[in-house]
Amino acid sequence: MNTAAKPRRTMNLNLGPQHPATHGVLRVELELDGETVVKATPHIGFLHTGIEKTAESKLYYKVIPMTDRMDYLAPMSNNLGYCLAVEKLLGIDVPEKVKYARVCLTELTRVMSHLVWIGTHALDLGAMSMLLYAFRERELIIDLYEACAGQRMMTTYFRVGGLAYDLPKDFDKRVKDILQKVPPGIRDYERLLNNNKIFRQRTIGVARISAEDAINCGLTGPSLRGSGVNYDVRRANSYCGYEKFNFQVPLGKNGDVYDRYLVRVEEMKQSLNIARQALEGMPEGPYRAHVPGVVLPPKEDVLSKMESLIFHFKIITEGFHPPKGAVYQAIEAPKGELGYYISSDGSAKPHRMRVRPPSFVNLSALPKMVEGGMVADVIAAIGSIDIVLGEVDR
Amino acid sequence: MDDKIRQYFEENFKEAMVRQDTFRDQLSLYIRKEFLVDICRDLKDNDEFRFELLADICSLDWLGQADKTEGRFEVVYNLYSIKHRYRLLLKVRLPGENPEIDTLTNLWQTANWLEREVFDLMGIHFTGHPDLSKIVTPDDLEGHPLRKDFPLTYEVPQFSWNKNDPPEVIR
Repeated sequence: MNTAAKPRRTMNLNLGPQHPATHGVLRVELELDGETVVKATPHIGFLHTGIEKTAESKLYYKVIPMTDRMDYLAPMSNNLGYCLAVEKLLGIDVPEKVKYARVCLTELTRVMSHLVWIGTHALDLGAMSMLLYAFRERELIIDLYEACAGQRMMTTYFRVGGLAYDLPKDFDKRVKDILQKVPPGIRDYERLLNNNKIFRQRTIGVARISAEDAINCGLTGPSLRGSGVNYDVRRANSYCGYEKFNFQVPLGKNGDVYDRYLVRVEEMKQSLNIARQALEGMPEGPYRAHVPGVVLPPKEDVLSKMESLIFHFKIITEGFHPPKGAVYQAIEAPKGELGYYISSDGSAKPHRMRVRPPSFVNLSALPKMVEGGMVADVIAAIGSIDIVLGEVDR
Repeated sequence: MDDKIRQYFEENFKEAMVRQDTFRDQLSLYIRKEFLVDICRDLKDNDEFRFELLADICSLDWLGQADKTEGRFEVVYNLYSIKHRYRLLLKVRLPGENPEIDTLTNLWQTANWLEREVFDLMGIHFTGHPDLSKIVTPDDLEGHPLRKDFPLTYEVPQFSWNKNDPPEVIR
């Protein structure tokens, strides 16, 4: 019998879009030869809402609430990226206190995003209880958000030139509480997963990507650092005063799912460390920059001073007019390099706002990771890239 | 680093340069589209620069605001050098009629999806792209939403397969 001459028959399998392990509405079309993946084609766009187009019709400050809704697991990071981009466009600087508060909150956002990731990723791989533990710690950070912004997820707390409100009175106490309660939680996860036989078998050597390929595919964030490439926007092109903070950039070696897991867990510890430094170093001062005509004056002044009232009215009704030009501002979001390219034509609305979404670019590397592997590893790979479909589709 | 780049272009790609500008410490180079692939290959492989990461491809529509000499569309290539921690924006202007430019998929895998997105939302054609198809908008959506002449308020009916044959209740 000559079986070699017979063409191999392959089977097509749809993974998603309604599948909990795809972390949202992602559809992956898999071509399978037995259990081996021959070809993987992700199909996206189910959540496309045209945020970039909508931004062109809104005043600059009205775009901020939309940025929350892209990566809804890390709202503060999205706010920060946008606000920094507009501040760069305007050429304004913010008070020291604002910088420290922003760093503190965005680092906690990173922890929060990674907590959801560790919970769902472990759940995908069969560790059912992890999700509950991770959400236990996440709740503390969400409570802090509520105290700051009045919202638990869509915070819209950062504004162009500062913060929406002053930090709450018990900010110190709450952050200290988080810094005290989250590290033991992380130790628990490590005890549960690091030497877990099933977890190790499902992650070590799976969905491997070399450093060279990772860069070529445009991976950023922990997915890139899992392959051992030392690129962290906080270090490379420091923003928001990150050069003052002392932290390490954890790197993996093998570029497999397990290394990406290790990098993220280590990142959580580093983030808590940065948040501690930010809290300790936070100076007293105003929570908004004093830039008449661009940044809203304090509410007390609006109620008592004519000039402030006029500025308040003018900013709210007609917005502000940045000079002509275009800027690109990148920040290190939990998922990778989040960039905002904002082009201004001198009017009060952005001529074009482009978001460089880390999830979108990272997801495009999925076929490279899973082709040639087993079908069960696709789930592990999707989890390890850490995507949020709201950001992929925008 | 800015000066190095300028000098490099002066020496190697003098005829490709249209103009340059620096806004908020960010150097942008406007180049002719014919030279895009050569320039990118050089910048990527050149040991002096090593722009290994294609961070982003973004497109802009200057409808009604473009000079006569410049085209309506603008494509921005965002190159990043991890070694030098340096970012460079390469900008290309394209005409309003049949905007077309060579693909970068042979150099960077990233370009695949980013170019598809630009094609989908702005309608710029990338010559030589292996699979230039829609990526985020539905298959039956006509037009390119990010163009300035695409209406913001008008909504294309999503479920139109039976509009000529409505069910009993509606008829």
